[in-house]
Amino acid sequence: MANKEPLIRIRKKDDRPLYQKILIKIVFVVLALLIAALFINSVTKLNPLDVYASMFRGAFSTKRRIWITIRDTCLLLSIAVGLTPAFRMKFWNTGAEGQILIGGLVSAAMMIYFGGKMPNAVLLVVMLVLSMVAGALWGFLPAFFKAKFNTNETLFTLMMNYVGIQVIEFFVDVWDKKQSHSVGVINSETRAGWFPSVFGQQYLINVLIVVIVTAAVFIYLNYSKHGYEVTVTGESESTARYSGINVPKVIIRTMLLSGALCGLAGFTEVAGISHTISTQTSGGRGFTAIIVAWLAKLNPFIMVIYSFLIVFLNKGAVQIASDFNLNEYASDTITGILLFCILASEFFTSYQIVFRHKEEQ
Amino acid sequence: MTGQSLLAWISAAITFGTVIMFGCIGETLNEKAGGLNLGTPGVMMLGGIASLAGAFFYENVVTAPNPLICVIISLLCCLLACSLAGLLYGFFTITLRANQNVTGLTLTMIGTGIANFFGGSLVKLSGGVGQINVAATSRAFKVGIPVLSTKLGIVSKLLFDYGWLTYVVLAMAFRMQYFFNKTRTGLNLRAVGENPATADAAGINVTKYKYAACTIGSAIAGIGGLYYVMDYVKGTWSNDSGIEALGWLAVALVIFTSWKPANATWGAYLFGFCYWVYLYIPGSISNVLMKLFKVQRSTYMQNLYKMIPYLVTIVVLILVSSRKKRENQAPASLGISYFREDR
Repeated sequence: MANKEPLIRIRKKDDRPLYQKILIKIVFVVLALLIAALFINSVTKLNPLDVYASMFRGAFSTKRRIWITIRDTCLLLSIAVGLTPAFRMKFWNTGAEGQILIGGLVSAAMMIYFGGKMPNAVLLVVMLVLSMVAGALWGFLPAFFKAKFNTNETLFTLMMNYVGIQVIEFFVDVWDKKQSHSVGVINSETRAGWFPSVFGQQYLINVLIVVIVTAAVFIYLNYSKHGYEVTVTGESESTARYSGINVPKVIIRTMLLSGALCGLAGFTEVAGISHTISTQTSGGRGFTAIIVAWLAKLNPFIMVIYSFLIVFLNKGAVQIASDFNLNEYASDTITGILLFCILASEFFTSYQIVFRHKEEQ
Repeated sequence: MTGQSLLAWISAAITFGTVIMFGCIGETLNEKAGGLNLGTPGVMMLGGIASLAGAFFYENVVTAPNPLICVIISLLCCLLACSLAGLLYGFFTITLRANQNVTGLTLTMIGTGIANFFGGSLVKLSGGVGQINVAATSRAFKVGIPVLSTKLGIVSKLLFDYGWLTYVVLAMAFRMQYFFNKTRTGLNLRAVGENPATADAAGINVTKYKYAACTIGSAIAGIGGLYYVMDYVKGTWSNDSGIEALGWLAVALVIFTSWKPANATWGAYLFGFCYWVYLYIPGSISNVLMKLFKVQRSTYMQNLYKMIPYLVTIVVLILVSSRKKRENQAPASLGISYFREDR
């Protein structure tokens, strides 16, 4: 008995053809939609088809909604892309929330103090640069100590989020004239520091920024010496050291970049979307983006798909919430279901389940 | 500072510490078996809402709720929900070998989502914000130790005037320390966390240990959520994800204690002191700082004081890592999935 093979065993199988991998993913995404429908149905007794029709309306029913869906997809994508260099190095930057917030804070500060005092284009450039510097600083601290003492970066960056949140709370109080603990829309009349509409499209600049950042990161990581060093350091630090790569330098440089890109996302959010600053500026996207980036195996093209799916579900859930009088937290639950299903699909694309009798034939 | 406010500070620190001590002990158990469960904040949210829902429906059905049944129902709901969440984490990270950080973060997202979703519904059911109240259950959890909690004057107030879970968690911390160091099962568990391949070769069922650790660990962490709802906020609910923020501190506390649950008995209270220090900063210091930052109101400065627990955690992280003592390091296989055929 002792030597008998177990009934089910798991074998590594990472040579599946591409169409199989895609098929598996699609099956699991559909499964996620089914489970989500089941969840909605069980708590609301609504017809799932009505619910999905409602979700679809939430994301696509008007031209404005389509643009908002695109805008939010881009925002999530830009954070996921920003995290990519760090993750390629296997540096667990869980601090995107804080980096976004601090980037957004600096942008908002420039809008408040320099709005109207310099040409809008100059102001926007200054905001862009300073928000990236702020994000980079937020990323630098954990990276420095990781490089020096191998300090656990997951928790360090996580704690930096909360430090960031308190800094925001502080400035919200300082800038708030009405004692309402909210800054309100900044420069709502002058529109100083707001992204201008281009070709009549309010959000075209947001999209452009993301396209440029994504392309730049893709090229940087795959076709530059720096990118190669990042990859080697991520695969094995000892290999990197042996081949003469200055590991601490690579860690710090890569995190500066990752933090700067997340700070840039904060700038996009403040200057291009909300025109205000609060602890909700990041809105949990920093965490969602971590999952997006990892599930997409750091491939920017797959990140687009996952970001879109999540934003679609999000918009949909908000629409259901208002259509059927539910609370807005349904969307976190539904997003969670989707992410768990995609996580599960990972297993089936890279492993194979082998049954005993099959093996004997 | 007056004696009165010092007493209030200590008492706030102890109730705060109890919440995160539960989370910390649960997470330590998980991490000792090699699983870095970033889902703990979500699990604690689930524990909170499950216990609240159980108590809510029991108190609504019965006219005169029995305290003992209140405790049993809410505790059972909490343990059930959290072990299921732990099992889910285990299924993904152990059987499906998914990345632990991603699984954990997703679990936190879904746990917070579910808790706030049902929390919102319960609030609506009970007629609006601040209306939900499970007074009977909350009272049952706030029962202190008889005699000691009333008869000793200031000592009673200082040390014994807390709900009984405050003392349960202390016992649990020491028991867990004993379990890791002195029992065969505990040593096996640590072997699994240090080097699963070696443990496997020595005939230890790695999968079984890992599953047990994340299920039981999540259940223990979940009680922290229950304590938060029943004792810390006195049987109410608000959708502010307060438990989640404490959950992250619980995860940080694991590192602060360098994976030794006995250290959590003082570390958790220290975090509690840091967390509440913003209310007790002396006026003279506050005035100087207000001038320095050019702020008019002292409440503005409180936002900055609230950073202190996180800054302390960061400093501790740096100190622990810079000293590089072997006995203070994380379990060697922490965060890595084990696949037998990978050897």
